[in-house]
Amino acid sequence: MAKRRPRLLPVLLVTPALVLLVLFIAAPAGYALYLSLMKVRVSGGLLGTTTTQVFAGAGNYVATFTDPEFWHSLGRMLLVAVIGVPATVILATLFALCLDANRARLTTVTRLAIFLPYAVPGVIASLLWGFLYLPATSPIGGDAINYFGGRTIFFTVANVAVWGVVGFNTVVLYTALRALPRDTCEAAQIDGASEAQIALRIKLPLIAPAIAMISLFSVIGAMQLFNEPTALRPLANAITSTWVPLMRVYSDAFVNNDIYGGAASAFTLLVMTVAATVGVRVLANRFVRRERG
Amino acid sequence: MTATGTITPGTAAPRAAVEPRRHTRRRANTGPTVVLLIGALYCVLPALWILVAATKSNAELFSTAPYLPSFHGAFWSNISGVIRYNHGIFLRWALNSVIYAVGGGIASTAIAGAAGYALGKYDFYGSRVIFRVIVAAVLLPQILLAVPQYLLLAKFGLTNTYASVILPQLVSPFAIYLCKIYAEASVPDEIMEAARIDGSSELRIFTSVGSRLMLPALATVLLLQFIGIWNNFLLPFVMLSSNSLYPLTLGLYGMIMPTGGQPNEYSLVVAGVFLSIVPLAALFLSLQRFWRIDLISGGLKA
Repeated sequence: MAKRRPRLLPVLLVTPALVLLVLFIAAPAGYALYLSLMKVRVSGGLLGTTTTQVFAGAGNYVATFTDPEFWHSLGRMLLVAVIGVPATVILATLFALCLDANRARLTTVTRLAIFLPYAVPGVIASLLWGFLYLPATSPIGGDAINYFGGRTIFFTVANVAVWGVVGFNTVVLYTALRALPRDTCEAAQIDGASEAQIALRIKLPLIAPAIAMISLFSVIGAMQLFNEPTALRPLANAITSTWVPLMRVYSDAFVNNDIYGGAASAFTLLVMTVAATVGVRVLANRFVRRERG
Repeated sequence: MTATGTITPGTAAPRAAVEPRRHTRRRANTGPTVVLLIGALYCVLPALWILVAATKSNAELFSTAPYLPSFHGAFWSNISGVIRYNHGIFLRWALNSVIYAVGGGIASTAIAGAAGYALGKYDFYGSRVIFRVIVAAVLLPQILLAVPQYLLLAKFGLTNTYASVILPQLVSPFAIYLCKIYAEASVPDEIMEAARIDGSSELRIFTSVGSRLMLPALATVLLLQFIGIWNNFLLPFVMLSSNSLYPLTLGLYGMIMPTGGQPNEYSLVVAGVFLSIVPLAALFLSLQRFWRIDLISGGLKA
């Protein structure tokens, strides 16, 4: 083992990353927590008013939690996630299994095509789909179906998000499939198992860890939903300025100039995301362990 | 199941050996092929439609059949229109996007590579704690920190600068994590020890052996970082107020926002969307072979 005496180089190599981690991750998170516990006090006097920052305790959090709009925005985000996350995972798994199937044709072309949207930024994808949805320009029946309606909007937003990420997830799963030991599938084939049986009974359980991982990434992605609804907003009246929690953080801080409330919302969302991530990870690990027996 | 745990050249592996030799007929497997074609159409058609839409003038966009192109020469006037829009601001946005994504991508990859190598190949005071902190930070979505990052940078008067968009994206815990896993797996201790016996300094081992062996991982991390920064919207949205510093995403978003109740020049936005997709799609499809996605599909199970 090379890991023995103390050396200077590794410390030097890790220093830039550590400094940046402290400055741009730890410090903003800490600052958000600090601001979320403060409020501004305006004291009036004869010579105009002065504002001072004073401790607010849990006041901003109470305001956040008692604001029904906060829960509504969280609910809308969850609704998009409930549609989008399973759709992403199921489609990516289906595409990956098809790419890996014996004697499937056109796999190179279709794999590249499915991967293509990954190169399109979420905002650009939203503008692109926005025109596809917009009644006046829609080639997919936007004049007959209201894609921006009170209910359809959730599918509309979820579809844009799924379109953007399904290709990347497909390639991740496909790569996991390619790394599987081939003799297992061959043995099953010689035993007379059909292609579908091999895919569902052998390949699927073997790539369960990779599926669990892309599910986790999709959930984290859903919690950060911002680009798609923001970019669709100019086209869709159904999307309000606080449609999802991250939009609320933005509008608190920049539209309403309430950085304290914004910080409280941001910190709440941060804690919820970490909790959801840990929760999904625990569930996924349990599921994978059971699958493997 | 540890097949993907070791990092092997996944996509490059020859497949011929596993083709069945007997019992099966050599006809195409239609089911999967049809599914793949439908998937490919779903992913490609919207991008193709934008090409169709880009051939139309603003009036034609709302009057002609949505899925048929127009051949009245509007395509070139749209393209030149978006390029000349607001004194050529579109090209400035494109340049800004390149500056953010290439500059930030290269710098963050170098930082992650160095940290990953140090954590993967050396045991030093605090190295385990640092690695645990980094794994924990992977779970912390940085985009949720965009607003606090703004508030903090505003204290130092750093907002609305190139630095304000690049600096917060220089550190990616996930990239460090990938580099650490890869360094552990692909830089053998024996080679490092042999170099030491030959009298190489630690720095020289890193620059001439370690960093070279890590190149495949660094290329993948660079592509991930590039795409991540290129696609980032919230951070520049929060940080920037000058039009001339905008990346493409923010610029095009600004173009579609209604201005003073006037109907938008949708045809210009369509042309802009088209222009912003094509080069990046071409770049990415041509860089396919440098992608080592197996790094990701195997990496996270550790």
